Amino acid sequence: MTDWKTVSNDLAAQGYVATPDLAMALHLAVSLGRPLLLEGAAGVGKTEVAKALAAARGTNLIRLQCYEGLDANHAIYEWNYQRQLLSIRAAAEDGVTGQAVEERLFSEDFLLKRPLLEAIGQDTPPVLLIDEIDRADEEFEAYLLEVLSDFQITIPELGTISAKSRPIVILTANGTRDLSDALRRRCMYAYVEYPDRGTEIAILAARCPQVEAHLAGQIVGFVQSLRKEDLDKKPGVAEMLDFAAALSGLGINDLTDDPAILQASLATLLKTHRDRANFTTEVAQRLAGMAA
Amino acid sequence: MTRVTKFAARDPGPAARVSGFLAHLRLNGLRLGVAETETAIRALSEVAAHNPSEARAALKAVCAGCADEAKGFDALFDAYWMNGGRVTSRIAPTSEAKPAHTRITNTQDGLEATGSGSRHSPDGNDDGDASNDGEGKLIASRVNNLMKKDLRDLVSASDIAEAERVAERLGRAIRDRRSRRRKAMRKGDEIDFRRLVRRSLATGGEPIDLPRKARPDRPVKFTALADVSGSMTAYARPYLAFLAGLMRADSAADAYIFHTRLVRITEALRDPDAMRALNRLTLLSDGFGGGSKIGANLSHFARSYAPGFVDGRTVVFILSDGYDSDSADEIGVALQTLKRRGCRIVWLNPLKGWKDYEPVAKGMAAALPHLDGFYAANTLVSMAALEQELERL
Repeated sequence: MTDWKTVSNDLAAQGYVATPDLAMALHLAVSLGRPLLLEGAAGVGKTEVAKALAAARGTNLIRLQCYEGLDANHAIYEWNYQRQLLSIRAAAEDGVTGQAVEERLFSEDFLLKRPLLEAIGQDTPPVLLIDEIDRADEEFEAYLLEVLSDFQITIPELGTISAKSRPIVILTANGTRDLSDALRRRCMYAYVEYPDRGTEIAILAARCPQVEAHLAGQIVGFVQSLRKEDLDKKPGVAEMLDFAAALSGLGINDLTDDPAILQASLATLLKTHRDRANFTTEVAQRLAGMAA
Repeated sequence: MTRVTKFAARDPGPAARVSGFLAHLRLNGLRLGVAETETAIRALSEVAAHNPSEARAALKAVCAGCADEAKGFDALFDAYWMNGGRVTSRIAPTSEAKPAHTRITNTQDGLEATGSGSRHSPDGNDDGDASNDGEGKLIASRVNNLMKKDLRDLVSASDIAEAERVAERLGRAIRDRRSRRRKAMRKGDEIDFRRLVRRSLATGGEPIDLPRKARPDRPVKFTALADVSGSMTAYARPYLAFLAGLMRADSAADAYIFHTRLVRITEALRDPDAMRALNRLTLLSDGFGGGSKIGANLSHFARSYAPGFVDGRTVVFILSDGYDSDSADEIGVALQTLKRRGCRIVWLNPLKGWKDYEPVAKGMAAALPHLDGFYAANTLVSMAALEQELERL
């Protein structure tokens, strides 16, 4: 990949429509070997970037989902105690003891690889997605910095394992807490916004080709005006695709046709009780009328 | 179409221009180190750097570090690279482009340097006569500044230092909330016996590693919303100092100001240079001293920022006198929405310190049922006195 336009085209081939800023950030992250930090509201397609990139490059996607209390055992490696124990028993019955057993016990056979270790052990550079990094604790963030800067992991019993190939690292965050400056500095950065009308229609066309142009325009117009309303939870791109799939599954050709079906299919867009209660048939019809 | 900046012929080349650009970004508060200059140059060599839109996107990916910076980046890019074809003076690094971590005006020397003001008043000339004529110039500039509501005249660096101490003490009063239950923790003060037994099974009943547990810290986060409308001008000084101090004392704090609209000032106040932070604030607080729409702003806050920043461990400070130019009901509704996030809400009202004050302003009356604390605060000293009150919260 030499040019950011190539990145953009490759992603488009996988059904992901990237803005120029995002494509450029991805291109630089890949060519400079830096991690890419993506921020933006929930549902704008941050995680999807990594999936599309992995598919475009034909490599594995390794995903590390962060959560509060995530520790090294779950992110890097763990010894398989049960297997080690069985192996000790078996060795004792065979009458083998000493150095040989010990060496076998702490070999790679008994190592449970967690995402970070797995990512650096691959022959072709995989895409490593570290999802919702802001949910992890600050200690883990600091540890991650170390791994991301030299791509090697030290296991006391085995020694230092260096990366066979440098994975392409994509981190996502949606503002649960502020990330440290150190992490931000090491990463390329892109802020992903809700797509504009043209882009969203392109996304819909790429993902749900069965939806015809007229309805697609209506759906996107409807969802876009919905995002401007006072909602607890704004519908993201994935919700918009669900909505489109639901409508086309129900055989709808025009949003304004049947108020009851529109109201029922809103279940794909509005995800809290308050939003559902506030969003009456009249409001839905008004928005649908505007989108038509 | 903006035209590309012409650089002086004797300037040392593209690398110097890029480092000049990074110095320009640093002056505007982006936190960039030396390594970023190198990354920026490498990034430019990976793209078609002669194409402005490509160069812009590439530098943005390298230099911006958060949403606010990404938004403001285009303007900064234009200011440096697209200044309408004017010739710039030499851009080789000068003494003006000091790295951000020298904290120029934080030191006592720096304070005096701001007095002479070459850094913060761009139109100040070096003409000896004018600055010798100290008296006349000082008065003229002060009048001028007050008309523009320059926050730097309202708040001094020593105020901020004082406020920082106050905010830190208040923070300590509330923050030290430790859970009673113990949780697994690497450096715990007790051995986690249950976990020890469970783990020893894996090693044949031999307790090899000793898991520990401790009472986890449950730090309280602060969010402060300060009213800077006309009726609050008299109290702007302690309040802004308090905000600035709070941000500097606590890296997780979050701050906003509102008048007719709400502005998030967290990023601006994080500037390592306290006075420059206020300078940026002045630019943000366009409309400072006008009317206030407390209800509208609070409900905007409750809907837009609160879902991301306010949770059950947050204390929301509202610094306002409760005089709203809109309907009062909205305040009640907004506070109720906010309250549903599980946070505690403390209202600091400067008027409460007055003798015989009753919260009769409609806005204040609507807010009262939703508050966890309602205190007087009109000076930094009275804020410091809140320490004991907040401890009980």
